[in-house]
Amino acid sequence: MKYLENCRIVSQEEISPGIFDMNLQTADIAGICRPGQFVMVYPQDGKRILPRPISICGADPESRTLRLVYRVTGPNTGTGEFSGYVSGDMIRISGPMGNGFDMDISGDETVLIAGGGIGIPPMLFTARNLNCKKVIVLGYRSDTFLAGEFGQNGDVFIATEDGSCGTPGNVLDAIRENGLKADRVYACGPKPMLRALASWAEANGIPCYISLEERMACGIGACLSCVCGSRETDAHTNVRNKRVCKDGPVFLSTEVEL
Amino acid sequence: MTSTKVSIAGVELKNPVMTASGTFGSGEEFSEYYSLDSLGAVVTKGVASEPWPGNPVPRIAETYGGMLNAIGLQNPGIDVFLQRDLPLLRKSDTKIVVNVCGRTEEDYVKVVERLSGEPVDLLEINVSCPNVKEGGIAFGQNPGALQHITEEVKKHAAQPVIMKLSPNVTDIAEMARAAEAGGADAVSLINTLTGMKIDIYRRTFTLANRTGGLSGPAIRPVAVRMVYQAAHAVKLPVIGMGGITCAEDAIEFMMAGATAVAVGTANFMNPFAASDIARGITRFMVEQGIEDIRDIIGAAC
Ligand SMILES: Cc1cc2nc3c(=O)[nH]c(=O)nc-3n(C[C@H](O)[C@H](O)[C@H](O)COP(=O)(O)OP(=O)(O)OC[C@H]3O[C@@H](n4cnc5c(N)ncnc54)[C@H](O)[C@@H]3O)c2cc1C
Ligand SMILES: Cc1cc2nc3c(=O)[nH]c(=O)nc-3n(C[C@H](O)[C@H](O)[C@H](O)COP(=O)(O)O)c2cc1C
Ligand code: FES
Repeated sequence: MKYLENCRIVSQEEISPGIFDMNLQTADIAGICRPGQFVMVYPQDGKRILPRPISICGADPESRTLRLVYRVTGPNTGTGEFSGYVSGDMIRISGPMGNGFDMDISGDETVLIAGGGIGIPPMLFTARNLNCKKVIVLGYRSDTFLAGEFGQNGDVFIATEDGSCGTPGNVLDAIRENGLKADRVYACGPKPMLRALASWAEANGIPCYISLEERMACGIGACLSCVCGSRETDAHTNVRNKRVCKDGPVFLSTEVEL
Repeated sequence: MTSTKVSIAGVELKNPVMTASGTFGSGEEFSEYYSLDSLGAVVTKGVASEPWPGNPVPRIAETYGGMLNAIGLQNPGIDVFLQRDLPLLRKSDTKIVVNVCGRTEEDYVKVVERLSGEPVDLLEINVSCPNVKEGGIAFGQNPGALQHITEEVKKHAAQPVIMKLSPNVTDIAEMARAAEAGGADAVSLINTLTGMKIDIYRRTFTLANRTGGLSGPAIRPVAVRMVYQAAHAVKLPVIGMGGITCAEDAIEFMMAGATAVAVGTANFMNPFAASDIARGITRFMVEQGIEDIRDIIGAAC
């Protein structure tokens, strides 16, 4: 089932320059969503007709609140519109969309959870819900938003491009510097980071699950706006591409063209 | 009693609301939101004789009150469509319109022939896709070519044929007349208007295909005008579409001369759009004391 809900904004805060942390009261979505899934968020200004895909950063099945952390991408954007909302305002979302990460991992496996920039929010939800050994690697340009919240969930390693915190450089630099090892990788972040992680994982003979981004309209697999290249002919599309919104956003790195 | 029934070439729809091709898959995905029984008809994504991979991404871009798309008619091909998609769609109590695309006349004929023994109510022939290089639009921008392909399709079609017209022409009335002369049972319009968007930060085209088809609320007045002109040019039923987002928009198209309407881009703005519009039409009829929806077709004069 998919739900369209008109949600009350419980709180919204700018946690880092241009990064907003929004909590919503849902009726159903927060009760059924899984880590790695996302919602479509609908702008209200009629000039913006497409919903924005935003990953789920947290969900409380009891209170049914849903947490979204997003970046304002520029002036005159939908995310700019969202950032102007205050608690008490209403916002429409639909979901939950996509497949999410496999959470059914046995206790003695170690998952390397990697997030880069605005790909970090879904990895927090994932880290909190995985019941196995976890190594967490977070890559930032500079400001380490959300990093403090990962602490209880495993060993956290940070890389910053400006070297202000942790390893100077990127997620891969932090992995190498700390000699990190794992049985599988779960990652979300910019394409170059995902590519680097995929080849690192392949070299180490472990599976790498990555969350991809593409422009979306329907979010449910109907319009074929959001495809990515597939190494084999895809069972659904019958051609060599997959729908990021429905067959993903999480893919095994070896099944897609990066 | 209000009656929302309309008929297209002898096929009776419970209400005049259909989905616009390419925005609704084969219906299956949207049935995660609501029962397709509430719709007059589901129009499928374009189906070709072979699987088509479509265009590179980005395939879509948002524009003021609309969007550009250049999907490039990605589809799994007629075999998979018949084995998988059609049986799923048949579970719903709604009419089925299969949208057909091709590169050559033979391509269209192949698909139409494969559909001849199948439980499909109507065929919609897409000769107006602006996003594929050959075929498609080539048939839709020249009245002679349009009449010819209509004749060819009609020779092989078991179901009534709707020709889907392109708005990217000088005279839409002439195109509607060409479809009628070729033996079409109905025409639908409008397909998308060719447009372009430039990413000013990257100094290049936003869409990988460079150009794309504009749809959504931004195109509605153009669509209403063209539906009006087509409806006045031919005796065939006209299916109107282009930027419909609410029942009032749908009524506007019907008053311009459309017998039925299709809802496309609005499905992205609100996944319940088509179903909400069907209900809204009944509400409008009750409020306005209209007993038979057919009384408003072409009411604007
Ligand atoms: C599955 C998924 C999960 C995501 N999760 C998050 C998240 O948790 N936090 C976050 O900040 N961002 C996330 N993004 C990226 C986010 O969707 C875009 O930044 C956002 O859509 C940009 O919209 P805008 O209103 O800021 O820009 P505008 O310029 O107004 O957008 C115009 C159009 O382009 C689309 N678009 C622009 N950039 C992107 C992009 N990078 N990816 C997809 N569509 C884009 C918009 O959705 C819209 O349709 C996610 C994307 C995907 C696909
Ligand atoms: C993403 C997308 C895909 C489309 N694919 C098709 C298609 O496969 N065949 C077709 O005949 N029209 C296609 N169209 C055109 C629509 O069916 C419709 O004619 C047009 O979008 C105008 O209606 P709207 O403004 O309500 O969307 C597509 C439109 C969109 C937005
Ligand atoms: S956004 Fe429509 S298929 Fe993915």
